[in-house]
Amino acid sequence: MIDRTLRILVVEQDQERARNIIDALIEAGWPNARAIGNTSRLEREIAAHTPDIVLIDLANPDRDTLEQIAVATESRERPVALFVDRTDEDLTQAALAAGVSAYVVDGLQMNRIRSVLETAIARFQIMRQMQSELDAAKRALGDRKTIDRAKGILMRQRALSEDQAYQLLRKTAMDQGRKVIDVAQALVTAADLLG
Amino acid sequence: MSLTILTCGYVPLVDCAPLIVAKELGFAEDEGIALDLIAQPSWSATRDMLALGHLDAAHLLSPMPIAMSLGLGGLPGEIDALMVLSVNGTIFGVSNAIADQIGATFGDVRSVAAGLAGLNTDRLRVGVPFHYSMHRLLLEYFLRDQSAPRVQIIAVPPARMADAIADGDIDAFWVGEPWGSAAVARGVAQLVLPGSAIWAFAPEKVLAARHDWIAENPAKVRHLMRAVYAAAKWLDTPRNKPLAVEILARSEHLNLPAELIDPAISGQITPGAHHSPAHVDRFLLFDSQAAHFPWRSQAAWIAQHLGADAQGIQRAKACFRSDIYRDVLGPAGADLPGGSEKVEGFMRHATAVASTRGHMILGPDAFFDDKIFDFTPEN
Repeated sequence: MIDRTLRILVVEQDQERARNIIDALIEAGWPNARAIGNTSRLEREIAAHTPDIVLIDLANPDRDTLEQIAVATESRERPVALFVDRTDEDLTQAALAAGVSAYVVDGLQMNRIRSVLETAIARFQIMRQMQSELDAAKRALGDRKTIDRAKGILMRQRALSEDQAYQLLRKTAMDQGRKVIDVAQALVTAADLLG
Repeated sequence: MSLTILTCGYVPLVDCAPLIVAKELGFAEDEGIALDLIAQPSWSATRDMLALGHLDAAHLLSPMPIAMSLGLGGLPGEIDALMVLSVNGTIFGVSNAIADQIGATFGDVRSVAAGLAGLNTDRLRVGVPFHYSMHRLLLEYFLRDQSAPRVQIIAVPPARMADAIADGDIDAFWVGEPWGSAAVARGVAQLVLPGSAIWAFAPEKVLAARHDWIAENPAKVRHLMRAVYAAAKWLDTPRNKPLAVEILARSEHLNLPAELIDPAISGQITPGAHHSPAHVDRFLLFDSQAAHFPWRSQAAWIAQHLGADAQGIQRAKACFRSDIYRDVLGPAGADLPGGSEKVEGFMRHATAVASTRGHMILGPDAFFDDKIFDFTPEN
């Protein structure tokens, strides 16, 4: 059964990512989800909206600020890190692998938040995959530009056709046990220095 | 011979130098280990990754394993300190506005205390990197008997300390290098005290691992400790210091320029934009005065200042594994002190003490207020 009353706070600087997580939570049936961009407002936010769960990226450096608030707050209702409750090892490891850390306000039962976490974990995984695909695409595009420049240099300097220039890069790479992009990068760097 | 892979987490600060040097200068490889150093975004993340088994070992703030073992903080766990990675190395700095008001001399505890007492404000917001840190313990120890304004402690990631003071989110900070020097270089803060002005020999970072992992992996523990010990010795050899700065700046692990690494390594601290550098003795130690020895009494001091009772203090002592240090580093050539506890704060000067090889010089380890802390069982 979905618990509509749970109040969820997402700490995420990137607005698009934040919206993405909030949307996923609302879609899954938690309308009381809100986001803040940085932790300078966190203490006030926690005091004003008393969230039941705070979701934050494991890699967010602001986690140390959140920990401070969790241990130093006067309030009896302190948020504690999800990982404290290691009764569900699979869930803990899944959260860690997806990069989700959650802070749960004292006393909240694991079974009440399990599905919130599952939703968050799934969304974090999708976002992480999208990010790595984006990175890979950017890298591939960058590599292609470098290889094109290296081919251009060889075509000019050695009067080769484009195809011959590429074959030369490939052969050099194979002979040296290196990647084509590494050979191309070395050539471009050398040409920039000499040029 | 194939190398054993060992994963070690660290937070990019100058005092993780023994780990970087152990890897980059081949001390780890000499011991048959491929040291996989994994930068961590925060102390909380380092703790979680270590406690949940995703790291074999980690560079932790010295109070962290004790807090975890005492069940304090976000994630309790049985974590031990194999050795101390660094002694001292933190710094207390204030915003330019506060610096103008207190007009203190760098390193002069009395003038800083008097300046803070005379501040025309009802609260002082001080940034520290983490709740369970020597930074916070030293700050609270320094201010507890002073008539300073009410202090509000705020955890701020070290790399963001300069921004936080520039943006007016905090009035002062207690931080590890290079982030104090970085704030000065940006012209947003002035440094007033090195941590050693409060406690002359404060264990700052430790090499930590899970209690069970240590028991199950004696060979890995031995090789890791020997490699880190060799690196610490290398780092504290005066003629190596310029090269050390170069290696730390060039390695991908810190991603910091040499001019920000140099102050901590050389002990030449520039307190403010228009000041010349001041030399701070024992600003940051890796090997001198048996800096890496995990004194049980250091653990006890930390536990006491985290609010532990007698039982908690005993529990904390057991986390600082001077037993393993003796077994592993004695045969590796380390000089071993006669006991594993000392009276903290007793030595006002460098003092020769009994040791296995007979040339151990310890201290000073005094506190600014000359208090001493004796945690031996009969006390």
